[in-house]
Amino acid sequence: MHDTAISLVELGAIFFGLGVLGRFAWRIGISPIPLYLLGGLAFGQGGVIPLDGIHEFTELASEIGVVLLLLLLGLEYSAAELVTGLKRSWVSGLIDIVLNAAPGVAIAFLLGWGPVAALAMGGVTVVSSSGIIAKVLSDLGRLGNRETPTILAVLVFEDLTMAVYLPILTAVLAGATLLGGLTTVGIALVSVTVVLVVALRYGRFVSAIVDSPDPEVFLLRVLGVAMLVAGLASELQVSAAVGAFLLGIAISGSTAENATRMLTPLRDLFAALFFVVFGLNTNPAEIPPVLPAAIGLAVISAITKIVTGWFAARRAGVRPLGRARAGAALIARGEFSIVVAGLALASGAVPEQMASLATTYVLLMAIIGPVGARLVEPVVGWLRTLRHRTPKTV
Amino acid sequence: MVNVDVTPLPGIGTRQDFASKAGRRIGVVNHRDGRFDLIVSKVDDPDACTASIPLTPEEAGALANLLGSPQLVAALDEQQRDVTGISTKQLPIGPHSPFDGRTLGDTAMRTRTGVSIVAVVRAGTAHPSPGPEFNLAGGDLLVVVGTSEGLRKAAEILERG
Repeated sequence: MHDTAISLVELGAIFFGLGVLGRFAWRIGISPIPLYLLGGLAFGQGGVIPLDGIHEFTELASEIGVVLLLLLLGLEYSAAELVTGLKRSWVSGLIDIVLNAAPGVAIAFLLGWGPVAALAMGGVTVVSSSGIIAKVLSDLGRLGNRETPTILAVLVFEDLTMAVYLPILTAVLAGATLLGGLTTVGIALVSVTVVLVVALRYGRFVSAIVDSPDPEVFLLRVLGVAMLVAGLASELQVSAAVGAFLLGIAISGSTAENATRMLTPLRDLFAALFFVVFGLNTNPAEIPPVLPAAIGLAVISAITKIVTGWFAARRAGVRPLGRARAGAALIARGEFSIVVAGLALASGAVPEQMASLATTYVLLMAIIGPVGARLVEPVVGWLRTLRHRTPKTV
Repeated sequence: MVNVDVTPLPGIGTRQDFASKAGRRIGVVNHRDGRFDLIVSKVDDPDACTASIPLTPEEAGALANLLGSPQLVAALDEQQRDVTGISTKQLPIGPHSPFDGRTLGDTAMRTRTGVSIVAVVRAGTAHPSPGPEFNLAGGDLLVVVGTSEGLRKAAEILERG
């Protein structure tokens, strides 16, 4: 077979395989992300099937995957929602960031990886997976629950924090000096503010640039603007992902809804490739040594999320069972932990074992999260009967 | 007056609910894409929902009709209580009705049965005193006033033509 034929067959095999994995994942009620990562591990270096010839395509495709992931995330929120969310939930949000960055930062120092890796690992453990959580809440019929707005508010805060965090991380990874770093942070803060103001006041003009009644033209325009903004942001060292996220926020109203509908399949496609490529770049042989660290990190950062959710829901006047549900729902980590780890690894400024630690960690958390959200009610019920019974026996 | 709480759900839509007299929270989650979830809170845990039933916009409209229009009929009945032999009924335009997509005039209801169509309820909204040019559609409810014999005939006509 000639080169193109081989590439097509390989890509076809990957996509079909991912399709089978994805179906299986939703069947058993977990997110497909861990299975995509496993798929990547199987294909990659030291894996079952080595892939040649499509490397360049998959690398670029995975970059597009990150841009689309963040663009769609931005499209989900309107600027008004973000601003009210920020006002209402900043206390819970700050607690979330501090509590959940701590385990990641600590493990990086414990493993002797240094401050740069600590900054990256903090990001890996902070951000809950809004994709997994929204799906789980909807599947479990909890969208109407009283604790749900609290959970979503925490997610909104995390995502906004990402818009400031990613540029800082990018700058630090690039080995920026203090002045350079501060400049990037300045640029990031200014652009986030400008985008929020523009989106609030003039969102319809931004939407008008990309909007078109013709679906084909619309798709090309949205994708084109997204890539342009992402590329420009990347050039300004603000990180392509943040550029796409901010663009998503600025696009609003019906344009945002249409864009979401149109881009969701593309996002699923490219994001799947992104997870596979991340898996590809992880050496399966490196996983066993980091397994204890990953399990420890998973347990501790699950507890910190439960504490966060409990606290946030209590502030909203939710009862203990609802607080426990909020905490358990927030455990899931997924796409953004991989985005942060991917960014860090691509720069080469962090040890390579971080890839295997991040992969293992997300594998664990993407499974523990949905399972925990399901089990929290029976577990709390069981704990209660236990507590009621104890006084009698003692 | 019932106070409906509107809570934004970032990334999903809004939740609109109220506490009923019986102490249950009842409402809908309004998704961005137009879908609804009907939600009813649990008895022992008011934070959680015992039911969260997905509805298409059409189904939500039908449910609104079921809940909204009996009041309309009750009100009309009240007014006609003095007139003996006259009652009010609501008759649906079913999915197989020959009048789905035709005008009210096409039914020739007054001439054939003697009943009056006083309102058409569509998607929870009542259109009072519809003219003969009013376009009927499947799912509409006709509020009809007349003798019990006339109402029986009218129901038959709407079903079979």
